[in-house]
Amino acid sequence: MSNAILEVRERTTKKNVILEVRELTTKWVTRFKEDIYAVDHVSLKVEEGKSLGIAGESGCGKSTLALSLMGYYFAPLHYTSGEIIIDGRNISRMDPDDIRKSILGTEISYIPQSAMNALNPTRKIIHFIEDVVQAHDPYKTKKEIYELARSCFETLGLPAEVLQQYPVELSGGMKQRTVIATSVILFPKILIADEPSSALDVTSQKMVIKMLKNLMENGFIKSLIFITHELPLLYNVTDDIMVMYAGQIVEKGSAKEVVLDPLHPYAKGLMGSIIVPEKGLRDIKLTAIPGVPPNLKKPPAGCRFAERCKYVRPECKVVPVGLNEVYGGRAYRCILSEEELRDAYLREAKKDARWEKKYA
Amino acid sequence: MFGFGRRKTVAVDHVDFDFYEGEVVSIVGESGSGKTTLAKMLLGLLKPTEGEVYFQGKKRDISTHKKKKEYWKNIQAIFQDPYSSYNIFRNIDTVLLDCIHMRGGRKLPYAEKVELMKEACSFVNLKFEELTKKYPFELSGGQMQRLMIARIFLLNPKILVADEPTSMIDACSRATILDMLMQLRNEIGMTIIFITHDIGLAYYVSDSVYIMERGRFVERGSADEVILNPKEAYTQRLISDVPKIYEEWDLSTV
Repeated sequence: MSNAILEVRERTTKKNVILEVRELTTKWVTRFKEDIYAVDHVSLKVEEGKSLGIAGESGCGKSTLALSLMGYYFAPLHYTSGEIIIDGRNISRMDPDDIRKSILGTEISYIPQSAMNALNPTRKIIHFIEDVVQAHDPYKTKKEIYELARSCFETLGLPAEVLQQYPVELSGGMKQRTVIATSVILFPKILIADEPSSALDVTSQKMVIKMLKNLMENGFIKSLIFITHELPLLYNVTDDIMVMYAGQIVEKGSAKEVVLDPLHPYAKGLMGSIIVPEKGLRDIKLTAIPGVPPNLKKPPAGCRFAERCKYVRPECKVVPVGLNEVYGGRAYRCILSEEELRDAYLREAKKDARWEKKYA
Repeated sequence: MFGFGRRKTVAVDHVDFDFYEGEVVSIVGESGSGKTTLAKMLLGLLKPTEGEVYFQGKKRDISTHKKKKEYWKNIQAIFQDPYSSYNIFRNIDTVLLDCIHMRGGRKLPYAEKVELMKEACSFVNLKFEELTKKYPFELSGGQMQRLMIARIFLLNPKILVADEPTSMIDACSRATILDMLMQLRNEIGMTIIFITHDIGLAYYVSDSVYIMERGRFVERGSADEVILNPKEAYTQRLISDVPKIYEEWDLSTV
């Protein structure tokens, strides 16, 4: 695509950027003073009204990225470099106390994994909400908070009786939805949800997802970042998907492009392991990626996926690989060009077909 | 191989079924539908209040410890949480040696036992040299689950009950685990009973699928029949609740 077209495209599709992250690097420091760079030069951009999904296997740095995005660092997580800009405001070097008072909850809200277990079993839900609201606005009366919570819960399709109940009286799905509703009660600009539905069964999961979509539609939040390892879910929920591997972004693009037409060999492997109850699934051979991710204490010099990659070349292990931009928003991290990768996948598919014919 | 009618409590309510040799069966249901209770009764960890379990045409008898041990040579399980399936005080060698002993290999020379262990580990793509003298908590979740399969390989049971074997591990290792289980089935011709809430998984691996709701089977049949043309409203709802790739996911039906 020529530059002129790209420029026009950028101008016409330009929207308010809610969250922009530039080359963010954060590290965990272990007891033995070893540095583990779990988020390594990550850049991303979330526009108003868009949602971003982050996928990857366990231990690839998804949750660390979510923690880092808040700008609220506490040992053993340390900030190294990069910038986080929320709605034009750079928060990457702010004092943690300031961040807690003026950013968390009002600008950016974060739901950690298994957040529903954080509810205090001896207090009613409404007391929990009072705590949250009064931390930001100590002069609000209990009555005002109750009204706010009630209207918020009702818009989101939760019964107002929940407010007067104790957490033990609620089911898992209900607790999770309550926590989500509480997290948006101060109308943050962006919500980061880390595996909000992975501990739930399919029906409750659907309700949680429906609620997250509701949040965007009703203007509670402007953008959403959704982290999970379940790709079918991401595909249905988010506009864009980012695949992480060993602390780096290996592929990003729109949900459709990444799931149906992945470029990076790791993303390709990930998509090959999707299981959905659809016609034709039984005829597909699931692809498994052999091996384990590299130890981030001593990350490899070259491509981090080289050890497990089918299409590895000798230079892969030596030369650091940058992110190749295909066109606006679509990028992958591989030494091979787009054509070379597609060729390799095509050959692989043909080989599989031949193999099946032979043994059918 | 099996056949029983049984149990009058809320958990599992008079279910009858027959599982045959070499078959892969899935029991699918929501949390709290009684799938795990059923699995535990099959394993003899719980006593059915009513009804009988028949194994290889004969009524199952696990009244004494000795008979129970004999029964467990034929039926084995993989559980959901690999992290809590191991005794943390016993190293991996002991875990695998126990299996060899259980199959009557107690008197074998040590070198031969090591050979067997090596074979089992290489079957699941683990290196015995890296594992020996290690403790279970030094392994990752996927490795632990694979070691569990290595145990099954050594034990060579007739039936394997896999209770949510892949729900605690991520998608890429899931494919590996499933592959190994299927390979195992082809090799020693055992029956695998998958207990799961993941309909996609059930559809992918199994010959027949049983849908469980509140302790009863509401629908049963071959995988294609049940998943692609569900008849019960409950099954239809379960399937519609799973996010899909090529079909529209309807969020309005909650």
